[in-house]
Amino acid sequence: MTTTADVPGTVTVDDIRPRPASPRTRWLRRGVPLAAVAVLAVLPFSTVNLPALLPGPVNSPGSLQLLAICLVFAGLAATYDLLFGRTGLLSFGHALYVALGSYTVNIAVTKLDLALPAALLLAVLVGLVVPALLGAVALRVNGIAFAMVTLATAQVGSILVMSDPGRLTGGEEGLPLAPGAIPGFLSGVANTANLYWLALGYVVVVLAVIAWVVESEPGRVWQAIRENERRVSVLGLPSYRFRLLSFVVASFLATLGGVVHLFLVGGSSPQITTSNFTLAFLVMVVLGGTGSRWGAMLGGVLYTYLDHRLAALGTSDAVAGLPEVLRAPLSEPLFVLGVLFIVMVYFLPGGLASLATRLRGSSK
Amino acid sequence: MLLALTGLGLGALYFLIASGLSLIFGLADVLNFAHGLFLAVGAYGTWWSSAHLGLGFVPAVVFGVVAGTATAVLVEMLLIRPLYRRTIEQVLVTVGLSLAGVALLQAGFGADPLTFPRPEWATGTTRVLGAIVPNDRFLLIGAAVVVLVAIQVFLRRTRFGLIVRAGVEDRTMVTALGINVRTAFTLVFAIGGAAAALAGALAGVYFGNVSPGQGTSLLIFAFIVVVIGGMGSVTGSAVAAVLVGLVQQFTSFYAAAGVGEASVVLLLAVVLLARPGGLAGRSA
Repeated sequence: MTTTADVPGTVTVDDIRPRPASPRTRWLRRGVPLAAVAVLAVLPFSTVNLPALLPGPVNSPGSLQLLAICLVFAGLAATYDLLFGRTGLLSFGHALYVALGSYTVNIAVTKLDLALPAALLLAVLVGLVVPALLGAVALRVNGIAFAMVTLATAQVGSILVMSDPGRLTGGEEGLPLAPGAIPGFLSGVANTANLYWLALGYVVVVLAVIAWVVESEPGRVWQAIRENERRVSVLGLPSYRFRLLSFVVASFLATLGGVVHLFLVGGSSPQITTSNFTLAFLVMVVLGGTGSRWGAMLGGVLYTYLDHRLAALGTSDAVAGLPEVLRAPLSEPLFVLGVLFIVMVYFLPGGLASLATRLRGSSK
Repeated sequence: MLLALTGLGLGALYFLIASGLSLIFGLADVLNFAHGLFLAVGAYGTWWSSAHLGLGFVPAVVFGVVAGTATAVLVEMLLIRPLYRRTIEQVLVTVGLSLAGVALLQAGFGADPLTFPRPEWATGTTRVLGAIVPNDRFLLIGAAVVVLVAIQVFLRRTRFGLIVRAGVEDRTMVTALGINVRTAFTLVFAIGGAAAALAGALAGVYFGNVSPGQGTSLLIFAFIVVVIGGMGSVTGSAVAAVLVGLVQQFTSFYAAAGVGEASVVLLLAVVLLARPGGLAGRSA
């Protein structure tokens, strides 16, 4: 999981302080992610069949779509981790920004007949201005109150989308993307591979931005805010501004993710505005491990994968043979995920990312 | 008049949910996402007992409330207590519970709304000052007032109430004085669960049906009420609930749908900016 996993004798838990990395560590830090991206990038050329894991061969549209959605959610989970894991801001309104990206571009091209570049530019603007405004208000308060304010603003967004003002959002049915609105190489079942690469590109961008910000000065201040905000203020650093920065960066990246999600699923659904959608991010991040390099992404992939595949499991023969008492709960993906989540909180508070560290610790 | 009474009825519903949330948060610092689950258990308990056991309305509600209370106590003892003092983990567990619980209800009873058995007298209407008001509004308001008085009497007049109040004020001190706060934790969860389950049963009467997701949507407004009212204050919750209920009804009626919810959030923002501790909180 962690890139330092194979190096004996290095500190693995707490690499907050910048310390001179050995050449080998540095090589691993750069090399492993690059290798992972390379492997993921060539997946659409693979015809390997994994019958139990994927709906078809790896390069079939169904499998690629599933993998691409997993990747988008990995990226989105990483943006949520920037807030929750890195800065300690418990937001319940992250879904708002994903929806913002999706609906802004969708409405711009489908309803307002804007060209795609203009729509994307608009989404970038909206994705910077709205979080800055809402964050400026919400961050006036801390902790649980902040969580509540974000929850409430997101709820307003959700209700707005549901109520379909001016027939723009399509209400409860959602808004399908107009067929000719996006370039041909991004639409159609045959071009799923391109969408997959788009999703992969998004993840790489998110990872790069997060890795860069976290290593920089603001990233260290965020870490300090998470540990002890009062101390940061006492040291004379404006913690409000740093928290706002974290909020805007995370929300902006989530907006971009919303745009990718729009292309991938070919429309915006009001489901991505609900508070349950935000809770899903929280679950992903905690499953994977907060504040770690790979945890959130791992959690995002796992959650999305299980969410999609457990529905298939619920109707499979193995489950159908079980008595009714067992079968009914197992056919609900959220039940399985919820229980898994509780178990994780109890027995593996560091998430999947801490598993490697733990195993090594106990074997010594 | 109808609007005012409907708003009060809605406020009453919010209060029933928010009072428990507020107490739990005030004492245990747990933001209880599973509260929607208690509510749903109450609603489904009432529905199930009247549909399958053939109970009348009042015994069915009692059954639902007992089921909700039992769920709340079990959750506190089995899941919340081992994580004592690790509040973030406690919140996460309740989040997981709310996901799993709602999914479980959905698996058991189906995702579609079920028609709720309403007693005869609750479907009727009464004329108040020339307005025709459905009777269920009075039921909601009456229940909320009874619960408010009961909680206040409990908090002011009994020894356990004293411990709960002291615990909200300063938990460390109470523990240091050798009083077992954990019993009080179970107790507030029981009270909160009972109030939420009652709210669930009454929400069934109010909306005419029960669905698994109902608790979650009501919960969000209850959270807003708790924040506006000030965490840990039952009276604050009552005032805020009435305020939120009225604002939501009046703005939804005179402006477009959806504006009601938006104005509630505006209210929340204003209150938070002016008094970050909420209406009843110590002003910062």
